[in-house]
Amino acid sequence: MTAVLYDIPGPRARVRNGAIGVVGSVVVLGIIAFVLYRFAVTGQFDARLWTWITYVNIQYILLGALGNTLLAFAVAAVLSLAFGAVFAAGRLSDRAWLRGISTTIVEFFRAIPLLVLIFILFFGVSRGLGLNITAYWSVVIGLMLYNGSVLAEVFRAGVNALPTGQSEAAYALGLRKTQVMTNVLLPQALRNMLPTILSQLVVVLKDTALGFIILYPELLYQARFLGSQGQLGAPILQVAMVIAVIYIAMCLILSGLSKLLERRLSRSPRSGPTDPQAMADGANAVLIAHAQGGGAPAI
Amino acid sequence: MNVLLDNIDLYARGFLGTIELFVVAAIGSLVLGTILAGFRVSPVPVLRTFGTVYVNIFRNTPLTLVLFFMAFAYPRLEIADISFFWRASIGLVLYTSAFICEVVRSGINTVPVGQAEASRALGFTFGLTMSQVVFPQAIRSVVPPLTNMQIALLKNTTIAAGFSVVESGGIYAALSERGYNVFVGLMWVALGFIILVVPLTLLQRNLDRRWRTAR
Repeated sequence: MTAVLYDIPGPRARVRNGAIGVVGSVVVLGIIAFVLYRFAVTGQFDARLWTWITYVNIQYILLGALGNTLLAFAVAAVLSLAFGAVFAAGRLSDRAWLRGISTTIVEFFRAIPLLVLIFILFFGVSRGLGLNITAYWSVVIGLMLYNGSVLAEVFRAGVNALPTGQSEAAYALGLRKTQVMTNVLLPQALRNMLPTILSQLVVVLKDTALGFIILYPELLYQARFLGSQGQLGAPILQVAMVIAVIYIAMCLILSGLSKLLERRLSRSPRSGPTDPQAMADGANAVLIAHAQGGGAPAI
Repeated sequence: MNVLLDNIDLYARGFLGTIELFVVAAIGSLVLGTILAGFRVSPVPVLRTFGTVYVNIFRNTPLTLVLFFMAFAYPRLEIADISFFWRASIGLVLYTSAFICEVVRSGINTVPVGQAEASRALGFTFGLTMSQVVFPQAIRSVVPPLTNMQIALLKNTTIAAGFSVVESGGIYAALSERGYNVFVGLMWVALGFIILVVPLTLLQRNLDRRWRTAR
């Protein structure tokens, strides 16, 4: 963050900022202390409620659940990238009917909630139409349809954001449509969009947690299972905290990867005059917001 | 069509729940997200750190997990007995405001540096600079992404149905109890969401047209 919004603090401002800082820390620490106090009062710190972490069997259960989460994530990520690429190509096509079909599909899957989509696959298609889709495939296909549509928008935005001179020059050199796309436009668009694509993959990873609701045995499902075990003292709070740490760590690793790539790739001359990192972050947030909202197509 | 007409009470109750949850969470997340964005650009390091940590925690936690906490773990602390509707609202607000914060902050980044410099030259304090000069311009430039965030929130409210809030996401369960075709029923739910998104989109276009800053 640049310091343009405020002056470099003088003596009085320093005192005032210090005071606000102290008050702020007191409030934050107060909230944390209150939560810890409630933990202590309701006996959540009892050793009995935490010993489960040391049980090897439970560690294996959690490891298996983590494996299930990662499996769903990996397959869904690959499939949504492919889905996104196909339908982005469809939306950028010169043929009106292909464009129409792709637009309809992408807009439809972006507009309905992912959970409803998963319900349709799991309850609707399974029971209503007699086609059996397991919980795993319901999650993966749901994630593919939703995130694939979002990624299709991201790809399309990336290609459209390139200066028209790029494709004009490529056509002038006598390249065919496919060549223009694959040799000139896509490499640049992907480079610009890589941070956004990776952020969307973080969303895929987070959304695998929806599998919990249709009882796919991923991390949250096992958390609920372990948390309701009377022998362990029903340590649901503790399990949830451990799961939260696992999720945050996984997502931070993915976001860290995207930050790293962003820094590598942001040496383009187009980065703004202010802090390029903050600018890229902002643009990314806006783009993701647009792609996920699924509301108005940009006019 | 029968599935919809026979169970219109279910759909009405479900979508009413969705709208209630959405309105509460939308207002809450806009307020909290804006405050957090203010924290993240403030001259006080403690507040900046707090904002950053908050955003990083909630952006990297699945919403399902946040609601899981609210549904199963919160009662264990025996703080106050709130109904699950409100707990779900709090979860949605906590989660969504992290994203709103980032969008608002990116809006603040779009305001030219000269604006803040000029207002400082006029003797405005940080609070005045933000509230009178930077913020009004920032919010205008991020109307489209902000509305999109709200549309995403509208869709996210269905997750609360997974934790038994009366909500459109839970219609399927009652339908299958009553012995109706769940597939058709869920398609109506999907259509309902597409319809709910339309007014938001119109609002977005309207606000964007009226508030677009000429720079």
